Amino acid sequence: MSKVEFLKGNEAIAKAALNYGLEAFFGYPITPQNELIETMSNIMPANGRVFVQAESEIAAINMVYGAAGAGARVMTSSSSVGIALKQEGISFCAGSELPCVIVSVSRSGPGLGGILPAQSDYHQSVYGGGNGDYRVIVLAPASVQEAVDDVGKAFVLAEKYRNPTMVLLDGAIAQMMASVKLPTEPLPYPDNTSWAASGAAKERGSRNVINSLYLDPTKLYAHNQKLHAKYREIAKNEAWLIDHQPESHDGAIIAYGTSAKIALGAVQRLKDEHGLNVKCIQLRTLWPFPKQALKEAIKGMKFALVAEMSMGQLFQDVLAFTRTDTVIGYVGKAGGEIITSDDIVLGYLAQMGGEQIEHSV
Amino acid sequence: MSTVFKKTGGLTDTPFSYCPGCTHGIIHRLVAEVLEELGILDRSITIASVGCSVFAYDYFNTDALQSPHGRAPAVATGVKRMHPDKIVFTYQGDGDLASIGAAEIIHAANRNENITVIFVNNAIYGMTGGQMAPTTLYNQVTTTTPLGREAISGAPLKMSEMIATMEHIAYVERCMAADGPSIMKTKRAIRKAFECQMNNEGFSMIEVLSSCNIGWKLSPVESLNYIKNTMTQTFPLGVFRERKNETNH
Amino acid sequence: MPKGKVTFEEALCKGCELCVHACPKKILKLDGQRVNANGYKVAIIFDPEECIACGLCAMFCPDTVITVERLAQ
Repeated sequence: MSKVEFLKGNEAIAKAALNYGLEAFFGYPITPQNELIETMSNIMPANGRVFVQAESEIAAINMVYGAAGAGARVMTSSSSVGIALKQEGISFCAGSELPCVIVSVSRSGPGLGGILPAQSDYHQSVYGGGNGDYRVIVLAPASVQEAVDDVGKAFVLAEKYRNPTMVLLDGAIAQMMASVKLPTEPLPYPDNTSWAASGAAKERGSRNVINSLYLDPTKLYAHNQKLHAKYREIAKNEAWLIDHQPESHDGAIIAYGTSAKIALGAVQRLKDEHGLNVKCIQLRTLWPFPKQALKEAIKGMKFALVAEMSMGQLFQDVLAFTRTDTVIGYVGKAGGEIITSDDIVLGYLAQMGGEQIEHSV
Repeated sequence: MSTVFKKTGGLTDTPFSYCPGCTHGIIHRLVAEVLEELGILDRSITIASVGCSVFAYDYFNTDALQSPHGRAPAVATGVKRMHPDKIVFTYQGDGDLASIGAAEIIHAANRNENITVIFVNNAIYGMTGGQMAPTTLYNQVTTTTPLGREAISGAPLKMSEMIATMEHIAYVERCMAADGPSIMKTKRAIRKAFECQMNNEGFSMIEVLSSCNIGWKLSPVESLNYIKNTMTQTFPLGVFRERKNETNH
Repeated sequence: MPKGKVTFEEALCKGCELCVHACPKKILKLDGQRVNANGYKVAIIFDPEECIACGLCAMFCPDTVITVERLAQ
């Protein structure tokens, strides 16, 4: 059962997380995710759950590390500059294999940048800024409803793989209001949290330690191999894209998040105004990157255009991961302006039939 | 025949990685003895930090989490909020607590988190080879203050005095592990801090002046004298906060 | 008759001499003849008859090397 409410993206994510069975939220104010922490400050204590406004994003992610390490279903949220501060803690969560959900509402950068929407945190999300060979699962919703659904999926994946999982959306989705179906039942809690440092050594008969320190290089290598095997498993099972027009087409727009929503309109215009048979391919996971599915989806095409609200970050990966005869084009803008269907249509028309460019800049 | 002294079950069998004569080992033992004597070993959670005591998770016979540098009070907050009935303590050195983790300790104290902080102050970064710490004394020579610490690199930071100003907290005391009476006094202070937590009185911190004979370039015995005669001049011992004795507002 | 019995878990001893310093009867010393597996000289009691079972050596030992027992008189 689910109920429909008319909510701002940030509020919808908060309410959904509560209903999915979130036990603790730790956050810090930053635009454009403020309504998320504000909503949490209201609904979490009112439902007997834990809410702490931390002194910094760094403290917030470390509270997440503590609560997750103690076996709780836990989440934090932030935006670009704040996510940058969380990277150390995310690396610790990954290294210690702790399940947690990080909602990243991205604004524009670099530096303090601006507070308007952008997708310039693709690299930050997918490749991280924390140290070491670790991976974070990254889900990319394109609407408020998808954001709500992805929060649930993020808890499932985080707990299934004991890995930090990020929901990456831009400020546009977080700030827009939409009718959304919220979950009404909590997700089942993991059967096995016997690894958690929950202060129950007596009941368990042994003590649990949450740790990512291995001074012995052979042990650390073994730990990295174990993590890597898990990442391969995740890549095999969880890579996800939506091919919006699965029947055969001559070309494609490849995008995620808000850009994918705009691209859906652009392909219609390319058809109506220019008679071009172009499909929209929406990436739903950014890590694992849906390499195989994307290759399949653009097979035999002469041209596919990457549309992003960043300066070629996605383009570069699409180029690297597809390696086909299909020429990959790029259209993007980053700075807070939302990419328009004009940008995409004009970009497509200008680049179709051209040579492969190697760099977006 | 009766036992006067044997190793507490509060410690695991893992040998300490500390340098010969380092009083970290004494402080570890005192904490572990208190946990055992209070009967809370099985429901305690150790939050280890970064520095010489990074392996505390291997030494205390409890559940444990190892934290990023300076973040132990934030990690402890996350753990304790989920498990208010468990006993949660951090074990941090001066670099971890007073330098990189200054924000986390102040805000954990200001929220009056019901946790216990064991703060080991040896006025130096021991693990990394003896650099200046925020608590390094004036004129103290370290590898990054080769001419001795001067005011331009800051004053020795008095954490107990600072933390004691927090409005709601339960207990703050500075002790030392330098001779028989002071070791026993330190143990009583640690016990009191854990009792505060057991009674849900809130945040408690015990600062223990400790030795780093290698970093100080003194013998272990000379180091004990250095704590007693020199460190205490800058870091006076005593109870800085005991809410029980205050009038309720 | 000694009042106490002091036992050293020599493998853990790091030869720091804090016990030697702490002993009020001054009956402990480092053994000059041998080292343990870690290469440390180890503490020994050279005059066990004088032990008063005060436990100060164990209280000072940073490496939990020492066990002290009081002997029945």
